[in-house]
Amino acid sequence: MCRVDDLKHDVLAQNNRSAQRLRRELTAGGTTLVNLLSSPGSGKTQLLEAELTHARRGGVPVAAVTADLATENDAERLARSGAPVKQAFTDGLCHLEADMLGRCLTGWLPAHTRVLFVENVGNLVCPASYDLGESLRIALCSVTEGEDKPLKYPSAFGLAHLVVVTKSDIATAVGFDESAFRANVQQVNPGVEIVRTSARTGEGTGELLRRALAVRAGETVHQPVLASGDRTTQPAQPHTHEHAHERGHQHDHGTQRHADAHS
Amino acid sequence: MHEMSIALAVVDQVSETVRTEPPALAEEVRLQVGELAGVVPEALEFCFGLACAGTTLEGAALHIESVPGLARCSPCAREWATGMPPQLCCPDCGGARAELLSGRELRVLRVRWSDPVPATPATPSRTPREP
Repeated sequence: MCRVDDLKHDVLAQNNRSAQRLRRELTAGGTTLVNLLSSPGSGKTQLLEAELTHARRGGVPVAAVTADLATENDAERLARSGAPVKQAFTDGLCHLEADMLGRCLTGWLPAHTRVLFVENVGNLVCPASYDLGESLRIALCSVTEGEDKPLKYPSAFGLAHLVVVTKSDIATAVGFDESAFRANVQQVNPGVEIVRTSARTGEGTGELLRRALAVRAGETVHQPVLASGDRTTQPAQPHTHEHAHERGHQHDHGTQRHADAHS
Repeated sequence: MHEMSIALAVVDQVSETVRTEPPALAEEVRLQVGELAGVVPEALEFCFGLACAGTTLEGAALHIESVPGLARCSPCAREWATGMPPQLCCPDCGGARAELLSGRELRVLRVRWSDPVPATPATPSRTPREP
């Protein structure tokens, strides 16, 4: 006799539940979480340092978590802003998960923090699948990375509420085709806004903070088409079939054909 | 390479549904993986074998059903296959207000269990992290 359980469980359900809980807790405490995704070397640490410095000068309580596989280099850079910064080690994992972030924040996140920036592991593939409890997800791309990056990494750019171009000061020197980049972003994320920044010249400095504070104040974020396919499947009660069949007998269960090879 | 994390999550989810004592052994796990889920099926199959070692899923076969990306334009009702990389603007009216009908699935559909092996001590489910 064999048994078949129809589960229909979303594989990432546990992470999604943890992310929802974290989002509720942070929002209740007046903190808006911003999840920053980009490839390594896109300049997100330098841009974030500029944003934190800008916030500190404006008297806005902000904090940052930076995730890396190893080294505290990014945390040391960000701490120069004077904002509270914590390094999250992923122990070799290529992305942050909601529970990891929750543990990192417990007992550390200063009260009254209005915006918490999370600099995810530099990787445009894996972090895209994991909700961290953010209210604003930003995908960054530097002008040196190529205009087709949004097509190569459609999940990262397709699920973003905002797309940020970094290192805009060298766009001409590296031949960045901004119109092609914008067209590629629109293909995978129609309607998303694209912001140009340069931590070196100051172009766009303060935009990330301004957007985050707007979300905190209740402004609706862009709804990506790709995210409309992420309807959460509630864990269903397993539906069980119990069968006794002759060895090798085949039959259908719903739409699937499978062989019960046991008697 | 987050397929190892995905594989471990599958093993955890399936292990939690074991309701027999001694525990039944999983023979086959069927997964639904959407074209736009950001998961490489071959990598997931490789990681699944590793993630199952020492659990009630050890030796279980993994069957992956792929789901194509489909979208529908809200204003003009046109439906189309998104392809990969996805085209999410309406190919007819160029509109930006589409809805994704399928393609993001990452779901354990069903598990087929064999009979429990008598007198086998309960095998604890493992929850290791990706190295």
